[in-house]
Amino acid sequence: MSDAAALGRPKPVIGKGVLIGLACAAAIGLAMLLGGRVITQQIISGLMLGSIYMTVAVAFTLTIGVLNFLNFTIPTLFMLTGMVAWGLLARGYLAGFGGAAWFVALMAGIAVAILASLVVERFTFRYLKTRHGDATEHAIPLVSSLGFLLIFEHLVLIALGSEAQRFPVPFKADIYFGGLVIGLPQLASLALALGIVAGLTYVLKRTRMGRALRTIAESPDTASLLGVEVARIVPIVFILTGLLSGVAAALFTVNYGDVSPFMGDHIGTKAIAAMVLGGLGSVWGAVAGGLIVGLAETLSIHFLGGDSVQMVVWGMLLLVIILRPQGLFGASSIGKGKM
Amino acid sequence: MSGYATGIVAILCINLIFAYAIFVTAAAGQLNLGGAGFQAIGAYTAAWLSSNAGQPVIVTIPLAMVTTALIGFLISFPVLRTRGVYMVLATFAFGQFVSGFLLRSPTFGGAIGMVVSDYVGVGLLVAAAIITTGLVFFLMASRLGLAIRSIHDDEPVSTIMGVNVRAVQVTTFTIGGALAGLSGALYAHHFSFVEAQYFNSLLSIYVLLFVLIGGTQTAWGPLVGSLFFTLLPEVLRVGGSWRYVVFGVAIVAMMVLRPQGIVTRELVSRLSPRNWFGSRPAPAARLADGG
Repeated sequence: MSDAAALGRPKPVIGKGVLIGLACAAAIGLAMLLGGRVITQQIISGLMLGSIYMTVAVAFTLTIGVLNFLNFTIPTLFMLTGMVAWGLLARGYLAGFGGAAWFVALMAGIAVAILASLVVERFTFRYLKTRHGDATEHAIPLVSSLGFLLIFEHLVLIALGSEAQRFPVPFKADIYFGGLVIGLPQLASLALALGIVAGLTYVLKRTRMGRALRTIAESPDTASLLGVEVARIVPIVFILTGLLSGVAAALFTVNYGDVSPFMGDHIGTKAIAAMVLGGLGSVWGAVAGGLIVGLAETLSIHFLGGDSVQMVVWGMLLLVIILRPQGLFGASSIGKGKM
Repeated sequence: MSGYATGIVAILCINLIFAYAIFVTAAAGQLNLGGAGFQAIGAYTAAWLSSNAGQPVIVTIPLAMVTTALIGFLISFPVLRTRGVYMVLATFAFGQFVSGFLLRSPTFGGAIGMVVSDYVGVGLLVAAAIITTGLVFFLMASRLGLAIRSIHDDEPVSTIMGVNVRAVQVTTFTIGGALAGLSGALYAHHFSFVEAQYFNSLLSIYVLLFVLIGGTQTAWGPLVGSLFFTLLPEVLRVGGSWRYVVFGVAIVAMMVLRPQGIVTRELVSRLSPRNWFGSRPAPAARLADGG
């Protein structure tokens, strides 16, 4: 009763999600009314950026919620999607697809991220059945994932170089609404990210697979006794992780048009902040956390200058950890260490 | 010694002291992924005292240690409310906050960094590393060390046996802070320059890897871990990025084959001179490994 409770109490979670959404919308609306056009523009940019953090944060929170595993490969899965997509385009492998090449490239990037995530699963969980029963045991998959972080990052450096690259997006459609600029791809990414999270919540709550995942979160041994095929369900978590990181990277690439071998580091650490802020293992907490971190980033750049982002975001997080260790929306008894 | 060899020895000494700082807390079962933050506090304290207040090394290094120890002591209270993965994240947040704060702070040179006036040679670094190693071995052999190891192996049972778990954990964070401060101060004085970007999350990750790969059961772990991590890339000498790939593979393989770290109590007891001639390992060592 900890992670699982956060992932899926039968009904209240959707109610909580709606409640959080309404509260956020009200606060943002008020800020827009009071702040005028410049602030409104900052808030819009913050929400767009937040939607990327949110998607990656959900990937983090899912592996922690179900497997109690802080998966440090997520930033590299994010980076793999962007760099593989760029590499396929730049080397001209996708010339046959004409105008849709950029889309095919991003889909291929997401597929690579999912495959890489499955490789990680094989070496962090499949073979790690040894238990030596001491206090640092829960760090074993964490250390393996750090190893994979090195492997993937440097393989990409070898294959594609260390330069930041321009990803060619063939359209640039902005909506002008009362003097505000809203990027169409950004709006689409916010909607898509929210849609994915809502779909994920549905899967976790209502389907057989979701119930199996929540049972594993509760206790892997009991789940196995009750007939859940743990070894077949765990890879699903990693497929979802790869999918979420990949989609976030695709949205990021389309929105900002830049890819680099280090693009995941920045996004990954911010997503970790978002997840902790929202509460470990809580999907809607990660959503709220992602949006809050996105807003905090654009607003602190606006008011305090570019250097202040790291201090503001992590200072906020440190305060939350000290005052409310379970995060804003998390369950109270998280992180006891199970699997 | 050639400049190249001197450089490696200097980094090895600093890494070793830094690894012991993280080891002392990890030996009591707490993982600190904010090591770079503690080291940065030590480095910047020494740098500021040396350059702005004109203090000699004999003052800057102890003061850097005291400052970092104090911060380790204070931060241990909120951090110890968390456990497992959450503690890893809490310390990570602390490290990120410190480097963000230094990046922003004009007193400490912001993004430009700080020049440190007094230089400390490699001789002192080696001496400090040897003394630190000796002290940590002594600590682990002491009564406090016994309490630390018992918490590492089984916290509830330690409580039942009368160990004041909270007090021991706060102590380890304080000692860890002092050692991280020492490594940071030595770094600042040896390289004569500090910048916030050096003390990033990757540094925290690396030093935690030194400790976990080396093993958290005995004080040999960080020694073997730092040697392995500092020398392996030099030995590999394959082109640029490939060495990190090999390195990553080594880490993953290590976790699959020997997740408790290179050095365990059982290994130490088997290699001990007392057992060279086929005698059995000490019963305590066998019990500790669940044999």
